[in-house]
Amino acid sequence: MKEYTLAQLAPGECAQVERLCAKAGMRRRMQEIGLIPGTQVCCMFQSPSGDPAAYRIRGALIALRRQDAHTVLVKDVRKGAQEWD
Amino acid sequence: MGLTKHSTGVYAVHGTFGREEGKSGVIKAALAGNPNVGKSTLFNALTGMDQHTGNWPGKTVTCASGYWKSRDAGCMLIDLPGCYSLLAHSEEEAVARDYICFGDADAVIAVCDACCIERSLNLALQIMEITPHVVICLNLMDEAQKSGVLPNAVLLQERLGVPVVPTCARSGLGLELLMQAVQDAATGKTGQTAVRVKYPPALERAIAGMQNALCPCMPENGPSLRWTALRLLEGDARMTQALAGHLGLAPHEAPAIEKAGKTAQNILKAAGLAQQTLHDEIIESIVHTAEDICRGAVSRAAASKTMRGYRIDRLLTGRRVGIPIMVLLLLFVFWLTIKGANLPSQLLSHALFALERTLHQAAAWMEMPAWLEGLLIDGMYRVLAWVVSVMLPPMAIFFPLFTLLEDLGYLPRVAFNLDHCLHRCSACGKQALTMAMGFGCNAAGVVGCRIIDSPRERLIAILTNSFVPCNGRFPMLISILTMLFAGTCGRFGTSMLSALLLTGLVLLGVLMTFAASRLLSKTVLKGMPSFFTLELPPYRRPQVGKVLVRSVFDRTLFVLGRAAAVAAPAGMIIWIMANTPFGDGTLLTQCAALLDPFARFFGLDGVILLAFILGFPANEIVVPLIVMGYLASGSIAEMASLEAMRTLFAENGWTWVTAVCTMLFSLLHWPCSTTCLTIYRETQSLKWTAAAFVLPAAAGFGLCAVVANGARLAQYLLAV
Repeated sequence: MKEYTLAQLAPGECAQVERLCAKAGMRRRMQEIGLIPGTQVCCMFQSPSGDPAAYRIRGALIALRRQDAHTVLVKDVRKGAQEWD
Repeated sequence: MGLTKHSTGVYAVHGTFGREEGKSGVIKAALAGNPNVGKSTLFNALTGMDQHTGNWPGKTVTCASGYWKSRDAGCMLIDLPGCYSLLAHSEEEAVARDYICFGDADAVIAVCDACCIERSLNLALQIMEITPHVVICLNLMDEAQKSGVLPNAVLLQERLGVPVVPTCARSGLGLELLMQAVQDAATGKTGQTAVRVKYPPALERAIAGMQNALCPCMPENGPSLRWTALRLLEGDARMTQALAGHLGLAPHEAPAIEKAGKTAQNILKAAGLAQQTLHDEIIESIVHTAEDICRGAVSRAAASKTMRGYRIDRLLTGRRVGIPIMVLLLLFVFWLTIKGANLPSQLLSHALFALERTLHQAAAWMEMPAWLEGLLIDGMYRVLAWVVSVMLPPMAIFFPLFTLLEDLGYLPRVAFNLDHCLHRCSACGKQALTMAMGFGCNAAGVVGCRIIDSPRERLIAILTNSFVPCNGRFPMLISILTMLFAGTCGRFGTSMLSALLLTGLVLLGVLMTFAASRLLSKTVLKGMPSFFTLELPPYRRPQVGKVLVRSVFDRTLFVLGRAAAVAAPAGMIIWIMANTPFGDGTLLTQCAALLDPFARFFGLDGVILLAFILGFPANEIVVPLIVMGYLASGSIAEMASLEAMRTLFAENGWTWVTAVCTMLFSLLHWPCSTTCLTIYRETQSLKWTAAAFVLPAAAGFGLCAVVANGARLAQYLLAV
């Protein structure tokens, strides 16, 4: 199966976090905002240049840069940011 | 833009917290929570204080304290900066952590966002690990209800084992109950056992071992055994140091602790929980505990409101329209400011200069000596009158407008839009927020840079903050612009043109910020951009009435007061200089003449440069000083209108090049003395303070030299 990262989600797509590859500070910060394996994430919209993008994580809207979002491996990519909140 | 007297200048940096044993009768409670969950609003609602609130994360960068009082009880409240966890990445998180762990609070109010309780609980659970005296405040209940989220506070309280009080700080709902719960928690009357985060069995065994060893040497009022044990097991150097410092705990000196530590590490190693895995395991356990607690305790209705927010966001951050909307909004705000300030400014200056005549008559009647009359009326009063009439109207319009945008939650979207540019300059996206703070006051912007985690990026943001014009320089720019078009006052076209030019100037300042950030990160502050997460809060309906009152009283009058305090003595100094014979002329003309050849090269003149130098304590007084300087050697006695000012400036050899260079130089020159002092306090380095002084000044001189000499060259070529 092909591996996807968070950065590859288009606005409106959702996925489940599989693994974090970020190191040290960024890894911590991601975990603190609740981004751990099993978490549902949706890409909501992107900034004018496409980077960073805003993700819905556990009810909050958080902007991540593409380089950081690339370190989050995700699975079960699907449409439908409206499904759950 | 937390701009009150406590957020700028000498009040900007608080010391560390000591345990004050003196006032033992008063309960002390700390407010902790994620950024932007309404801690400051709650704090203000409870204490009646005017800590500035805004809808963006990281606004409170220093601790504020206030007093809550009811009929029969009182409580000291400390507003901590927002943080996501107590594992301290940034300064503000370290401040919050140190206070909760080692400060003297009797209780901690963990403020949670009712809209995303699960996330908020991560921090609350960490606080509960440190101290049992915790009250959970489910704030923003109104917002949660609007977006269809309904938390079951009773069930949450049952599961958490600490009081859970739903509140709405904006309307004051639930605050009495909250404070009752705080008093109970502080005195230990809750009678419940707080829930514990469940860690994997091996980690639990390791914790138990450490706890046994630590037990004899822990002070009574410090953080809990379990929490201390966990931090020691994690082996984070900064944390161990902090622990040793505050508790007198030195694990390497106490053999029992060291031995227990080794045993514990062996247990962890055997279970495959070393280093990174251990960190992951700890945080994941906390997140999972929060998940379990919230399961079934929060019901969600259809989230139509939230989806509307996303639709607005998609528009405001859209590929084609995101940036144009931002610029148009800025233009609109400036246009309203210029248009609206025009008439009141004229009325004010007419009134104040009419008063000047009366003052002169009064002085004559009192037979006041001529020098004193000149010093007080022509020197002090005239500059003060100028500062008030030129500054007050634009500020009274600009501040409320800007505060409305801030309250609405638009600023984080600006940071979101601009992050790409800052990323390419190897800087932090949050720098856009500190730049926005700089619009209010550069000193406040510099303090605000604490929201940036990486020291390198923070330094870049500090050094480049004064590239954004602060409110001291706005009126200067506005008055020069309006003066340029003074003959054609009042029509839509002219105010629009002024607004366009002002927007252009501000955008130039922003571009220069990017350029300077890039320059710094490619030379002296080399490095890769570090990580960046920015929370985009939901849009909130601005509290219009409150915004108006607060922005007028807190900001406008405070800034005006500070400017006036500097303007009065500066007016006297320049009057003395203008009336002290020295050599062929006066001290003023001699100084100006001395600076003149140098200043001419940059398209300015001696008086302008002298005014900028004398305006070092506050930029607000530069234009009045220029006027004073010209008046002192000129013949016009009265300066009641912008048209008169225009004539005066023209008589003193102003051309459009002088005007452009003066505006460029006011945009780009050394930061004011308050900002310099704040930069020194924040960086603790003379070298970086000097750099922050030289960088914008060099940029300003350079740009002015290019414009002035370019214009000269063009003129020469046209003449030939």
